[in-house]
Parts: sequence; structure tokens; C-alpha cells
Amino acid sequence: MSTVAATVEVPKGVKLPIYMDNHATTPLDPRVLEAMMPYFTTIFGNAASRNHSFGWEAEQAVENAREQVAKLIGATAKEIIFTSGATESNNLAIKGIAEMYRERGNHIITQVTEHKATLDTCKKLEKQGYKVTYLPVKADGLVDLEDLKAAFTPETILVSIMYANNEIGVIQPVAEIGKLCKEKGVLFHTDGVQAVGKIPVDVIKDNIDVLSLSGHKIYGPKGVGALYVRRRNPRVQIAEQINGGGHERGMRSGTLNVPGIVGLGKACEIAREEMVEETARLIAMRDHLKQRFESVLDYVHVNGNMDHHLPGNLNMSFVYVEGESLLMGINDIAVSSGSACTSATLEPSYVLKALGLGDDVAHSSIRFGLGRFNTMEEVDYVADKLIDVVQKLRELSPLYEMVKEGIDLSKIEWAAH
Amino acid sequence: MAYSDKVVDHYSNPRNVGTLDKASEDVGTGLVGAPECGDVMRLQIKVNPETQVIEDAKFKTFGCGSAIASSSLATEWVKGKTIDEALAISNTDIVKELALPPVKIHCSVLAEDAIRAAIGDWKKKKGVEETASVAVAAH
Repeated sequence: MSTVAATVEVPKGVKLPIYMDNHATTPLDPRVLEAMMPYFTTIFGNAASRNHSFGWEAEQAVENAREQVAKLIGATAKEIIFTSGATESNNLAIKGIAEMYRERGNHIITQVTEHKATLDTCKKLEKQGYKVTYLPVKADGLVDLEDLKAAFTPETILVSIMYANNEIGVIQPVAEIGKLCKEKGVLFHTDGVQAVGKIPVDVIKDNIDVLSLSGHKIYGPKGVGALYVRRRNPRVQIAEQINGGGHERGMRSGTLNVPGIVGLGKACEIAREEMVEETARLIAMRDHLKQRFESVLDYVHVNGNMDHHLPGNLNMSFVYVEGESLLMGINDIAVSSGSACTSATLEPSYVLKALGLGDDVAHSSIRFGLGRFNTMEEVDYVADKLIDVVQKLRELSPLYEMVKEGIDLSKIEWAAH
Repeated sequence: MAYSDKVVDHYSNPRNVGTLDKASEDVGTGLVGAPECGDVMRLQIKVNPETQVIEDAKFKTFGCGSAIASSSLATEWVKGKTIDEALAISNTDIVKELALPPVKIHCSVLAEDAIRAAIGDWKKKKGVEETASVAVAAH
């Protein structure tokens, strides 16, 4: 009887399940938790309470965290606004700028591979009368700067292009995009969620005016993020989207999440201190994983430009095997699939499709997200298991059999359904 | 997504995986689905020319766990049945047996189509008249 159930041995020291989906979220670093703990119980004050020591202590902790966040991205503390996370940061940046600069123009430029927090925000603005250009990307996932240049109009007020992509790990030429924007006198926002804390990000060198970041992608807590808003050359103005007590220089009202903010600050500090070492480790693990697949399996390919790539990301297509069934065979490993077989639409990842991948290949793609707490032993186990299940599913795959027989799949008239 | 034990069992230990001789007079082959949609099923039957009983069935499927389970189950069910009995298998039977979630009903429809396509192919080879009940519903 044929079987898909894997027969791969678990090496010593590897604990199952293995988490390798660090783009989705990261575990909290124990050092971050330690820093946060006192702010839940003993130092519980409201940072806005100006007339007693409980408030002062909380405020001091928040200002310390503001410094830590700023330092990681080359900003000053006064330029950091705390939010509930990057989705809110993206909303605040894009809507806030669109509203504030409406008289100057109504055109925004973004790209098709952005996160939904940007795309859906732009779609909402379109309903309100703004015009949005969604730039395509090249086959390697990079934006074409010529396309960007051509997209500017006298009405353009904002360019929003992410620093690094959450699915394919491709790092955009942010400094050049920023420079172009500066020349045109257009504000530049970048969704830095996947980049900040992982690769060197410097808002001055990179010519960034507004930047979103999030705590839980950098081993900090969930539910806290920040927005960098440039204060000089130019001084960026943002219309507030939440009204209340005028917290965060009026840009984002709401009682501050002090423990979360302390955690975000600590996470930024650790990321800054350990980035060089961590990057080297992640690249070694990622390249090993990639090499293992490529040396054993045929019909696999990498998605996204590997020369401009996040250290912990590997997005691969295992052609002729469907992603969700592949995940089902490795249920002690947490990774993501570019297949959308679980959704009602059956549409595969829009990011992979934007690279020009056929739907069939997009359905066969897996995203590996390596992180701080993964080990080389885990990488080897993941490789062994993936290879085993891919081979078994290919024995089950009519497409693989047909290709091996020399049949051109594109010549077959498939029944639409 | 949490699958039923039956889906997991069929996925982990698929029944009747393989290929029958497509050129044989007694073999019917049904190939349904499309790679772009994320699932392709190939179901084959071998029919006894005297009794019209399906003696063997094989499948290969590119698709999610439910698609693999649906086609695996379909091969089990058609084996030993006459052509007419096999045609009576409907996708709702498959949904019920595997406890498929609503988003996966599509997979059961594909399995039903695969059975019908295989029988249709066999009938064409044999020159058997298509009857109204055999017509494959378009969807």
C-alpha cells in the first residue's frame, strides 16, 4: 500500500512541532518578557498621569522605549508614535497623509505586492475619490524604478512601497525610491514590518519620511507597533485617525500600552545589538535548506530575487505537488503555503501571481520563515521531511507522471470547473 | 483546518494509487480538474467485459488533502460495482462519508466527475450509447 505518512527520524535535540513561520509572528524573546513584567503589576501607572509618581514612572519607561525604537532605525525619539501594530501604522500613515495633503493632490503610488494593510487602505481611499497607481513588480519581485518614475503626476502626494516582502522576502531598493520621491517633493512611506530588526534600516540614509513597524515580528509582544514620522526636511504632517486625549502628539490618541511599548523597545534594542550575528546564522540555515532541496528534488525553484533578500526567508515552489497537501504531510512543522485551497475563491497568493508565476506553480509554493530560535538540526529535519513527503506526493501526482512521460501539460485542454 | 479522521486516513494511506493501461479496451480513464485550479484527478477503471463489473480502479491526484481523500474513496467505492451502480455514486455521499467542510465540497464534485468521466471513456471505447443519466453535469 502506498503511504504519504512520513518515516523520517527525529534527530536528538529537536523538539516537535517545529516553528518555521517567523514572518507570521515570532515568539517573545524571554529577555523582552523580563523587561515587560514589572509594568503589568507594580509599575502600572497611566503614562498620561502627570501628577503622581506612578504616572511619571510609566512615562519614563515609554520615553526610554521611544529612544530604543528610534535608535534601531536612525531616527530621534520625538519622531516615534506608538500604535497598536503595523496595520494601524499603515492606516495612520496613508490615510493621515492623504487627508492632510489633499489640497496638494489626490494621487498615491503603491505596488501590487504590498500587504493588505496597505492595499485595502488604498482601495478605501479610492472610494473617497483618491487616485491610486498599483505598480507591477518584475519577475524577481523587485519594483522597476522606471515604472515608478513614469507613475508620478503633478497630483502625486505619497509613495507607499514596503521595505521587504512578507511572502517572498525580497528587499526593495528603498534608498533609491526615497531619493526619487525627494526629487519629486513627494512623501515616502514604507511598511518596514519585515525589514526592521532584520536588516539595517536607516530612515536618513534610506530617505524615508514615514515608516511602519511592529513588535511581534521582532520577538516583541503582539498588539504594539510604531510609526516613524519625520520631523524635519521635510516635517511630515499626519491627520489623526483616532480622536481622544491627544496622546502621541495628537496623532494617535488612546491610553498607552505601557508594558507592550516597553517590550517593543527592548525587542528593538536586542535586534540592534545582535543583528550582524543573527543575520549570518539565518543565512547559513536558509542556504543549507535551499541547497538540500535543490540537490535532491527536481522541479523546484526559488521565488524572489535571492540577492536582495531577507536572511530568514525562503519561498520555494515544489512543482506538481499542491501546497496544502504538502503541509498536511508535515503537520509537525509550521510553515505557510502560497496555495489558497482553503479559501472559498481557490485563488493562490496574489504576491506569487504578481511575479508572473502560473496558478499551478503558485499552488505548489511553501514559505519558510527562519528565526532567532531555529537550529541547524531543525533545518535538517525539515529538509528530510519535506523531501520525503514531496517524493511521496509526486508518486501520487498525475501531473508529475505526465511530465516524466514527456507530455506537455500546457497542451492539454483542461476541463474548467 | 481540522480534517476528519477519515480524510487524514485516506490522505496518509491512499488506496489504489497507480496507473492502468490506458490503451486497453477494458480500461476507462477520466482526467478532470485543472492545474490552475489546484487540483487534477485521474481515475481509471478496469471493467469485466462480460459482467460489466468494475474489477479494478486506480487513481492519481494533484490536489489538497480532501481531493486526495475523495479520489481514494471513489476508487474504493467503484471497485466491485457494476457500471450502473458506480454511476449512482454522488458527491454528497462522498461529502458525508469524509465529513468534508463546506469549502471542500468542490473536491467531492471532482471525484464524482472523475468516476463519470472514466465510465464515459470506457463506454466510448466500447461503443455503448450514452444515456441521459450518464451525461456529465457542467459546472
